[in-house]
Amino acid sequence: MTHRQVIIVGGGPAGLAAALRLKEKGIRDILILEREKMPGGILRQCIHDGFGLTRFGESLSGPEYAQRFIDMVEKEGIECITDCTVLDITPDKVVTAAGRECGLLQIRADAILLTMGCRERTRGALATPGTRPAGVYTAGVAQNYINLQNIMVGHEAVILGSGDIGLIMARRLTLEGAHVKGVYEVQSYPNGLARNIRQCLDDYNIPLYLKHTVVEIKGRERLTGVTVAECDEHFAPIPGTEQEIPCDTLILSVGLIPENELSLAAGVELDPRTRGAYVDENCQTGVPGIFAAGNVLHVHDLVDFVSLEAEALADRAAEYLTEGSLPACGLKVIAGRDIGHVIPQRISGTRDFTLSLRVSHPLADVSVVVRQNGREVLRRRMRKLLPAEMLQLPMKAVNLSDDADMEVSVE
Amino acid sequence: MKTVFTCIVCPNGCEIEAEHEGKQVLSVTGARCPKGEAYVKQELSDPRRTIASSVCVTGGVLPLVSVRLTAAVPRDRIFDVMREINRVTLTAPVKIGDVVIRNVLGLDSDVIATKNVDAE
Repeated sequence: MTHRQVIIVGGGPAGLAAALRLKEKGIRDILILEREKMPGGILRQCIHDGFGLTRFGESLSGPEYAQRFIDMVEKEGIECITDCTVLDITPDKVVTAAGRECGLLQIRADAILLTMGCRERTRGALATPGTRPAGVYTAGVAQNYINLQNIMVGHEAVILGSGDIGLIMARRLTLEGAHVKGVYEVQSYPNGLARNIRQCLDDYNIPLYLKHTVVEIKGRERLTGVTVAECDEHFAPIPGTEQEIPCDTLILSVGLIPENELSLAAGVELDPRTRGAYVDENCQTGVPGIFAAGNVLHVHDLVDFVSLEAEALADRAAEYLTEGSLPACGLKVIAGRDIGHVIPQRISGTRDFTLSLRVSHPLADVSVVVRQNGREVLRRRMRKLLPAEMLQLPMKAVNLSDDADMEVSVE
Repeated sequence: MKTVFTCIVCPNGCEIEAEHEGKQVLSVTGARCPKGEAYVKQELSDPRRTIASSVCVTGGVLPLVSVRLTAAVPRDRIFDVMREINRVTLTAPVKIGDVVIRNVLGLDSDVIATKNVDAE
């Protein structure tokens, strides 16, 4: 068994940004393991622009954003093994990985950075009745086929779910000559960013049907149509509202799930709300020396914030490696009224950190209030808050106390 | 006349309420930055968009290279630009930033490659 100071699992935006910051902090022995043939993660297929506005002050496509980090990683001589799948991580930080070129690797690490990203919810998760024909894709798979493999997925498409990738794919399919008949969303509000509703649907006259879902999938070999229906507030289809829509393609954009099978193997405890790890303000999981950031921790809206989170992680991981440990984080951060989830879930109360949260449902003209022991630590007035938009609040150590749990709520 | 716009300049997606007479903007509210007002003015007089697509590559390690526009083009010319993009086939290697079509359709916007595709 060999030994490395840091192993980074996943060479997407989080892994690449973390590697660079670690190097900058003087950590030399870094290894990135990436299962695809090239680093860059999901950005490789996100060819639309709008990436990097925060980071670089310009609107880049996904591949361009990724390439900037890949170039820097190469320039810094950071080792990245591609085509190498991590199979197991143990609680005492032994990583087992395998690949065609690299063979079987077993490496013990002082620190492990979990940056595996997320995957899509599939038809199976929805349990939509009907047959099992070809022509049903998750939005990311359709994106991969069209943008990386030059395979057109269909001609007459229906999109279920209004997540950002679904909206982006509605536009992409239209540009490539397909007819997108509509986007159906079971909730009473869209799940994607407002700008994507505007520039991906409205611009192309693609209708968005809220409180609607697909209740049946039809076709033997190939999809021939779907039945959609209006839904009540409990997401139950309303009898009598069913409508048949002929189509050969159904795109699912129904949510993303942090990919944490390896984290579980390593003994990392997951938060059922984020489906990512419980972490402290250092992005450290419950297993000392194992850190997580990016979409594997909680699904982000924007890659710019993935990079920032990964860099914050790397700052603390470098400190862990240099000092041997990090300050204890004994205080809980509690998701209170109208808050869907918070990151981190544990803090020390002695250091600055970024509090990330999503609300559980759309709200207007409210305040997000952070309290410790009843004392108001921060109050942020918000004109509107949507579950589709992550809110990040900078928390300053000078305002924090180190002896009381923190509660975040909406008033 | 009052119109509500969703600004598409950045992910904030500000909802901007604009008081205007035809293309003449009288006042805007709801924009968190000055780009919002500029967006509304542009949107009323000459709505523009950027697009991204891909172009076939022969002899490369990938079958496609992603491309985008360097500047927004009139919204009603998007499909004309797509036709031009679809006409192109490149030969590997392609470098990120390579100009694929200069000044596409005379719209003061270049189509550039956004990915490296090495030769096989």
